Formats: sequence, C-alpha cells, structure tokens
Amino acid sequence: MSLILDLFLTFLKIGLFSIGGGYATLPLIQQQAVVVHPWLTLQEFTDIITLSQMTPGPLAVNTSTFVGMRLAGMAGAAAATGGCVLCGIVISLALQHFFRRNQNQRAVLQLLETLKSASVGLIAASAATIIMIALFGVSSWKQTLHFNPSAFLLFLLALISIQKWKLGPMPILILSALAGCFFYL
Amino acid sequence: MHSWKKGLWLFGVNFYISMFTFGGGYIVIPMIRKIFVQQKQLFTEAELLEMAAIAQSSPGAIAVNLSVLAGRRTFGIAGAWISAFGAVLPSFLILALISSCYDAFRTQPLINACLKGMEAGVAALIVQLVADMSAAIFRQKQKLPHVILPVTFLCAFVLEIPAMTLLLFWCCVSLGISVIQHGKGSRV
Repeated sequence: MSLILDLFLTFLKIGLFSIGGGYATLPLIQQQAVVVHPWLTLQEFTDIITLSQMTPGPLAVNTSTFVGMRLAGMAGAAAATGGCVLCGIVISLALQHFFRRNQNQRAVLQLLETLKSASVGLIAASAATIIMIALFGVSSWKQTLHFNPSAFLLFLLALISIQKWKLGPMPILILSALAGCFFYL
Repeated sequence: MHSWKKGLWLFGVNFYISMFTFGGGYIVIPMIRKIFVQQKQLFTEAELLEMAAIAQSSPGAIAVNLSVLAGRRTFGIAGAWISAFGAVLPSFLILALISSCYDAFRTQPLINACLKGMEAGVAALIVQLVADMSAAIFRQKQKLPHVILPVTFLCAFVLEIPAMTLLLFWCCVSLGISVIQHGKGSRV
C-alpha cells in the first residue's frame, strides 16, 4: 500500500513540474524514477523512451504506466498514471475558469493574448524539431544532419494531400504509416 | 442529444484521438480542431487557440490537458473528467499490455517501418497547423503578438531555452506592460 501511495505522490510531483510537455520532462522523470527511487535501471529507462515513441500517448503517461505496472501491477499503474495527469487537469481547468471570469480585465486579456502567441511560437519550435527528427534523424540542429530523401518525399506528399485534398489528421497518419512500410520495409 | 449519449460520444472521441497520438502531444490540436471545430462546430477556432495556450501553460501532458479543456467546454465538469479518462485509457491499456512483451515488440521491423513513415506525416500535419495558427496571430491588430511568436520560436528552437522559462518570461513582460499602460490610462 505504501508503495502505491509512493508511486502516486512521485508521479504527482513529476506531473506538477513538467511544464512544456514532451522531452522537456525526461530529466525530471529520470531523476525521480532512476536516481531518487530505485525503480528503474538506466537501461530500462532508455527502453521506455523507445517504447513511448512506438506507442500512442504522452511520454509521461506512458512512463508512469510502465513503471507502475512493473512495480505494483494494475493498481500501481493506475496510481502512477492518475498522479501524473491530475495536476495538469486541475490547473488547466482552474486557468480556463480564471480567464473566463476575468474576460473583461485588460491585463488578463493581454496575458492570454501573450500566452497564445508564445504557445504558437513553441509549437513552431516543436514542429521544427519534429522535422529534424523525421528528415535528418537528429533532434537538434547542432548535431550532424543525415538527409533522408524518402522521408522528405513522404513529407511533401503529406503536405500536398493536406493542402490540396483537405485530408484530415487520421487519414494522413494511416497513409503515412502504410507509405512507411512501402519505403522502409 | 441525451446527456449520457453526449458523455459517451466525448469518451469515444477522446479514446479515438488518443490512439493516434504519435509523435508528441501537439498532434492532438489538429485532431480536436477537425472534430470539435470543423465537423461538430462545438467551439470556434479562436477558442481552440485559447485552449491550446492554456493547456501548454499548465503542467503535465499537453494532449491530456487540451482534451480536458475541450471536454469542459462541450459538456461541463463531467465532460472534463470523461475526456481525461478517454484520453489516458488507450496509452494506459497499451503500455500495461506491452510492458510484459516488450522485447518482441521492439524488434518488429513492420512496426518500425510504420513509425518511420508516420514521423513524416506528423511533421506535415504540425507544419500545416503552425501555418494556420500563425496566420491567425498575424491577423490581429495588436503588435506585441507579432513579435512574441517569432522570438519564442527562435529562443526555443535555436537557443533551446526551456518552454517554462519562455512562458514565465512573457508572463512578466505582459504584466509589466499592463502596469505601465494602466498608469498612463488612469491619467486620461
């Protein structure tokens, strides 16, 4: 029981301090699950990252489920995953409530406008990183780039299908997965 | 729509979206946009942008936060929790299942090829999203957002400054400007 509580509290902490999402949270999870608690070896932790890339869902959620399952079965997985998402849910609901309440305040409105454009800027940066990974096989422009022509072709085809034929996200994902089998298998 | 039907729909939609959340949480934004804004017209594009900003400024997984906000907007607090459950469940079930047969899964060449293909698809979807969202920002009359967007992009991508630092910095700038403007406004 204390292990389950510990899992819940640790992942609550990880969830609370991971702002910005994605790979920004990795060092924090590593610190908590490998260094502070002897829950995972470094190899297992690296494996989870690979696994997260292969399965749908947020990295932090995937990691918490995996760690919880390993340590305490279904109950552990539920405790860790619940702890991981709880702070985000409560805080984003509170923020939404706050912005709705104070819609007429100029300072609040300006703050929301600022956050909106900063958010698009961050999404753009993440888009650039995703392009680096997909087309050049690296996650930072500082590393050596290996241009992948077939990935570039796939990227262009997907972009054209979105613009010209107005294909939605699901068909694009399914078609690009099929194209991946064709190109890389 | 009956309320239980609406709840069920919300759960199903979030479950479905979450099953396709490959390549980071941002892919959820175009999916929510397609279903909630374009198909069902449950809220506007501007509201989506607002939700994306809030989801990103809150801790935790952006995909889950955004699902919760969209659920809250469509079906109140109950909708928020239904969405959260629907959004977390697929990755929970898949991971719980896979944690036992991980090695067999990792070495599947078919899965690797599919994922490699999907990377390019995700990249294209996000590029389109950024183009549309940036256009919405640059259409505004206010000048400050026109500066914030590219500066944030450069700081995050080129200088690799953490998202949290950037968001905090812009919060301070925005509040600072408000204080100055308020000082001026009170005299007029």
